[in-house]
Amino acid sequence: MSDAHADVSKHVKTYIAVFATLATLTVITVWASTWHFSHPVAIAVALAIASVKATLVATIFMHLKWEKAGNIWFVIALTAVFFVFLVTIPSLVHSDKPMGTVFTSWG
Amino acid sequence: MSAEVLPYTVKPHPVTGLYNGKFGIWLFLASEVMLFGALFSTYVFLRMGAPETGPTAWPTGEETHLNWMLGGLNTLILILSSVTMVLAWVQFKMDNFAKGRIYLIITAILAIAFVAIKFKFEYAHKFHMDIYPKTSVFFAIYYTMTGLHAIHIIGGVVVICYFIGPGAKLWEENREYYTNRIECTGLYWHFVDLVWIFLFPILYLL
Repeated sequence: MSDAHADVSKHVKTYIAVFATLATLTVITVWASTWHFSHPVAIAVALAIASVKATLVATIFMHLKWEKAGNIWFVIALTAVFFVFLVTIPSLVHSDKPMGTVFTSWG
Repeated sequence: MSAEVLPYTVKPHPVTGLYNGKFGIWLFLASEVMLFGALFSTYVFLRMGAPETGPTAWPTGEETHLNWMLGGLNTLILILSSVTMVLAWVQFKMDNFAKGRIYLIITAILAIAFVAIKFKFEYAHKFHMDIYPKTSVFFAIYYTMTGLHAIHIIGGVVVICYFIGPGAKLWEENREYYTNRIECTGLYWHFVDLVWIFLFPILYLL
């Protein structure tokens, strides 16, 4: 048990460091939104920062960094594939429309 | 009721290599990814379909009437609650029940603060301005996504409060089992935090 105690207590500093990083990245996200980028660049920057934050939460707080069980990785990989499929469905609207359809925005 | 009723609550299952609760919560989180993923997909679809200009154009910045300072404050609150959640687990892992419970209480308070800000200052302010889901496509998706997320926060608070209160009896019977249940609660809690990390920029900032 004492080894396990030493292991988890060693992580405490990491958790605090991750919190500081996440808080800093939140401030940067807000700051970056005032930079007047063109819209696609602004979206890319915000999503890139959010992805870094999400990765930190998943690897450190959710312990994936120390996770050895292959089944979790299998579940995550499978979920990732379906998630990518799910969020790319909207773009099919532009490429797979019935002949003669004129794509217009609704209002 | 003996502990044998539920097998592999502490020891890893020979097939999955994980105790059952952990494998279960990861499968549940996978389904949660698909639930929120469908809504993120809907957001992309609606935003791509919105016209560039005119009254039905996608609102940005001040046009959304969303207060990024409140959204940012809630982001920091959730991040902090994730840290206190993981620190609670660390304390239980180190056989320190009293400290672990204090971290759980702080987590619950932070979660309640998040919901209070969301409802009291954000939703109430919008309703006061006659802004409802029917107001626009943007607010339809805003209320749907943040509402579903808020329900998840409330669900998390209920579970955390259970482990602070009646659920804490398990600590006396089986410490490792209790600690594992806190780990599963934490996994769920971090996931809810992770969803908000994406919701904040797409709704408040972009």
